[in-house]
Amino acid sequence: MINRRDFIKAIGIAAGGTTLTGLSGLANAAGSTAKGHIVVVGGGFGGATVAKYLRMWSQGSVDVTLIERNTRFVSCPISNLVIGGLQQMDDITVSYDNLRENWGVKVITDEVTALDPDKRMVTTARHGTLGYDRVVLSPGIDFIPGAVAGLDGNEELVPHAWKAGPQTALLRKQLEDMPDGGVFALTIPRAPYRCPPGPYERACLVANYLRDTKPKSKVLVLDANDEIQSKKGLFTKAFESYGALLEYVPGSKLEGVDAASRKARLEFDEIKADVLNVIPPMRAGNIAAQAGLPLINERWVDVEWLSMEAKGVPGVHVIGDAIFPAPTMPKSGHMANQHGKLVAAAILNLLEGKAPNAAPVLMNTCYSFVDDKNVIHVASVHQYNAEKQQPLPVEGAGGVSAAANELEGKFAMGWARNIWADMLA
Amino acid sequence: MQLRIAIAALGLAGLVGTAQAQDADPHLARNLAATCANCHGTNGNAQKGMASLAGESAEKIMKKLADFRSGDAPATIMHQIVKGYTEEQLALISEWFAAQK
Repeated sequence: MINRRDFIKAIGIAAGGTTLTGLSGLANAAGSTAKGHIVVVGGGFGGATVAKYLRMWSQGSVDVTLIERNTRFVSCPISNLVIGGLQQMDDITVSYDNLRENWGVKVITDEVTALDPDKRMVTTARHGTLGYDRVVLSPGIDFIPGAVAGLDGNEELVPHAWKAGPQTALLRKQLEDMPDGGVFALTIPRAPYRCPPGPYERACLVANYLRDTKPKSKVLVLDANDEIQSKKGLFTKAFESYGALLEYVPGSKLEGVDAASRKARLEFDEIKADVLNVIPPMRAGNIAAQAGLPLINERWVDVEWLSMEAKGVPGVHVIGDAIFPAPTMPKSGHMANQHGKLVAAAILNLLEGKAPNAAPVLMNTCYSFVDDKNVIHVASVHQYNAEKQQPLPVEGAGGVSAAANELEGKFAMGWARNIWADMLA
Repeated sequence: MQLRIAIAALGLAGLVGTAQAQDADPHLARNLAATCANCHGTNGNAQKGMASLAGESAEKIMKKLADFRSGDAPATIMHQIVKGYTEEQLALISEWFAAQK
């Protein structure tokens, strides 16, 4: 029988002395009664959820600092509606004030420049260094430098709009300025990439806008993959409904761009576009590689699923698009929110010296607009499999819409309102 | 002695996952219900456009879920999601939402 003190001491010894105990000691010395200090890096669907749920579930007994480089949250889901002219930037923008005021999260507008897992410290650009008991990285994705020749540094001329914000508004502006008869070319990288159905939804919503306003134009979808990556049958039907306005070209690997003339160089072809929207090949947010976390295929962080700690790096939890996904698990905002709750529960158990929940469940729902009213979904449920040590999709559960429909258009907006509130209200 | 305690503690802490890992987590119902919150609101208090579950009776929620599973209740997506959870998990979720305000 060991008491709590022996237990914590023992963990400290076993962990090589860098430690929970040491840092809690420091926090207590500073006058806080908190059970621990958690630093969350990145205030998107994953990070904002962790921050709120840690405070809510600990009834405020754990200190949480959220470091996010943007002053306001801008949602990637629904941003294709802004590009298609159906919503405004304000509609997809949410303040971090409620995280501060309702939940007592310390939100810092800054950028993390370094992470030292041994010393349990993060370094920021403007707020110095912060110690932590545990850190959660929810850094999303960054684009791989040099992956597309001629692209780096030209994202104003050739927008990606795959991180919502100024890029979303920029792509909308370029589409508005495009003359009737113009070509909007959209390139899709090889999977896995953030938001599997997102590019196909974007193609539909651009075509929907052009059909009404500039019907002589064309949407050219250049997909590096050999087929549509999500909701294939439903998107195939949607594409057909746009006729000659939308052309889908699978197996189109983008090799380079000439940004000034908006030319896309493919393996066997060259395309001249009026608006060139390149979704570049991507990987875990840069902080993952900088911190020396284990990457699979040099891209995605390898995690232990019950705690979501990076493998071999205790105290550093990674969630959201940045991780190497479990089988059939999409890189989606919804899934990042689910990771956020799994990791919040795991951290609170670990701070009390208990094992993480051994039977977590995660689920995903993703709605895509195929025009201004009609929507299709894909859903899945993932139960942890102890033998495989990762969540696996439940066979016979989940699925897609029978057909595009207006009712799910209403649910899609309800989903957005609810998930934004679940993270940020 | 120190080493023995350390090993015991590591086992308990789940780093190698032993005794405790086999017992249900005391927060299992809360954690399961949180998987519903993306659409049905934090603690089941939904925003406009989705069904709130907080404070509904557990029997009523279980009946609705069973009807989604059987196809007796019309659904766009819930008939697919409900099949991903065990009956025990659905019961925990229903009871947890029933206890929320």
